[in-house]
Amino acid sequence: MAKTTLGKAINAGLRAAMEADPKVIMMGEDIGKLGGVFRITEGLQKDFGEDRVIDTPLAESGIIGTAVGLAMRGYRPVCEIQFDGFVFPAYDQIINQVAKMHYRSMGKIKMPVVIRIPYGGGIGAVEHHSESPETLFAHVNGLKVVTCGDPVDAYWMIQQAISSDDPVIFFEPKRRYHEKAELDESVPPALKLHQAKVLREGTDATIFCYGPMVKTCLQAAEVAAQDGRNLEVVDLRSISPFDLETIFASVKKTRRAVVVHEATLSFGAGSEIAARVTEECFYHLEAPVLRVTGYDTPYPPSRMEEEYLPDLDRVLDGVDRVMGY
Amino acid sequence: MLSESVPGTPPEVFAPVEVPSPSQPPEEVEYVQLLTPEGERVDNPDYSFELDDEAIKGFYRDMTLVRRIDTEATALQRQGELGLWASLLGQEAAQIGSGRALNKKDMVFPTYREHGVAFCQGVNPLNLLGLFRGVDQGAWDPKDNNFALYTIVIGAQTLHATGYAMGQQRDHAVGDADTGEATIAYFGDGASSQGDVNEAFIYASVFNAPVVFFCQNNQWAISEPIERQTRIPLYQRAAGFGFPGVRVDGNDVLATYAVTQQALKRAREGSGPTLVEAYTYRMGAHTTSDDPTKYRLSEDLEHWKLKDPIERVHAYLTRHAGVDHDFFEEVEAEADKIAAELRAGCLALPEPQMTDFFQHVYVEETPQLAQQRDQYAAYAASFEGEG
Repeated sequence: MAKTTLGKAINAGLRAAMEADPKVIMMGEDIGKLGGVFRITEGLQKDFGEDRVIDTPLAESGIIGTAVGLAMRGYRPVCEIQFDGFVFPAYDQIINQVAKMHYRSMGKIKMPVVIRIPYGGGIGAVEHHSESPETLFAHVNGLKVVTCGDPVDAYWMIQQAISSDDPVIFFEPKRRYHEKAELDESVPPALKLHQAKVLREGTDATIFCYGPMVKTCLQAAEVAAQDGRNLEVVDLRSISPFDLETIFASVKKTRRAVVVHEATLSFGAGSEIAARVTEECFYHLEAPVLRVTGYDTPYPPSRMEEEYLPDLDRVLDGVDRVMGY
Repeated sequence: MLSESVPGTPPEVFAPVEVPSPSQPPEEVEYVQLLTPEGERVDNPDYSFELDDEAIKGFYRDMTLVRRIDTEATALQRQGELGLWASLLGQEAAQIGSGRALNKKDMVFPTYREHGVAFCQGVNPLNLLGLFRGVDQGAWDPKDNNFALYTIVIGAQTLHATGYAMGQQRDHAVGDADTGEATIAYFGDGASSQGDVNEAFIYASVFNAPVVFFCQNNQWAISEPIERQTRIPLYQRAAGFGFPGVRVDGNDVLATYAVTQQALKRAREGSGPTLVEAYTYRMGAHTTSDDPTKYRLSEDLEHWKLKDPIERVHAYLTRHAGVDHDFFEEVEAEADKIAAELRAGCLALPEPQMTDFFQHVYVEETPQLAQQRDQYAAYAASFEGEG
């Protein structure tokens, strides 16, 4: 079977969603003829036309604000934000309108809007192109926030997100766009959109990760195994809501947990997991929940990003510390 | 000298910034007018009002009823029954004229002050009160009356309207001036400074969306005069975006109807957006929380009272249409009846329950939220039986 990259898997997922439902439309900057700056929408405008794959004016609030109106009209807009740092001009429309419309209308208006955001660092980019703002959306009630870590998930999760009647922020780990895996489109997805995936079973500690850190954490687990440590690796996949059932089951088994993400430490996804695990698994824990994350600084210049981003050694250091209790 | 560097003494390095200051309302503003403040019909080379006097009586009735609804709501706020009210006083002609120009299939995106347009669309006025009484957040169904929810964030709805209009295009509902569909976006002079409004203009323009941007320039954005929003007449901004703009006497219901109807026809037939600036005046406070005596002159109010949108129609109907006293009395009686029903309905609005407000956060509820809802219910139940 041919291997597919994560980027091409999203493209195939978008295509499948557009074929399945004529109300699915794409909106974004440079997504038409160019196919997006990462080529994720490549070929879609050619095959589905300019009415369904819309090159928008260069105005992000406009992308999301018009998507709200299109959703009210019965469409299912899939909006591409070109880079993580460019989503903020649209933040008001996302927070005040997209997230709250179903609530304030007491369920009379649905917002089946997907907002795709390439995120994370590691590509040597200039500023505003490497950020991990997932918590800024996960904190907002009414939104759902997911991210994929491999091509197979990418293919299915984008389709699940598009078929969701709730608005979904879909974070794409841009530095993993070229990661390859075998994708059999005829095998239905094993998991629902908001379920976590146990990638590697283990007994000594659990590493919780998502998006770009999945590959890093799997590598760390391989190395740790050579040292005789048997780590469990869980790809959270959904940040809002978390799949607490899977998280708690893993912690109750391994009794130790490390959360890894590129986003900064304070008030991050790791903080929420630590709180939830402490509340639910207090008597199972052998150690506090530790976090291995980006530092509490703005994203640094790219020459510094190897220092800033959690890498294999920092994950292993976190494992050492959690095992030290 | 030492005294010049004493801490706390500001250095005099800044020259005063020259900005335009609020001016008295001009006596002669250029706009489309078909009925003078004295109640005289006048001609305009581009626009004409082609309905009969029965229709004008209908406008009189509409405007009188919505003014009465508005007055009653203000009274309810003053008596503590509403937390807030945003009065439309003075803007009745702008809202009824534009609202009555709409076809059944046209879609409305309002601000939070479009009580008159809501009335035209058949929205029960009681539904409008829920938001201001704090029992809901404006939970009518937009599909019932083609009237979207009130939008508090200034200007956000202009993008929603533009997107909805792009949907009308994609549904092939555009192309005929009478049977096609259009969308109308309401906003104010303050909103014209918002990025979203300017983005909406651009999206509507480049996609040729069937949307009418209806700006009620009521001269004030809370305490800020129009001079703080613009150096040119607002309707002229449309030219920079590539579509027509027109200014209409927003206190003239006939002209507002004619101008809006033409803009809507243009949208429905597929000729794209129009900006209508309805030149009017906010006769009341911004909301019941506001105190306009702190920032504007009472002479302004007296000036605009002479341009009252309802009085001029009353004068026309009396002098030129042979309408007698009975008609006006009937309308007054109907207004009082509606106001009484509104008051009774407001007082009878059910008290909301917190458990209702865990619902609808999501279509597909999350397990975490379901757990919180259950915990709240159990906590609340623990007080049952206590005095």
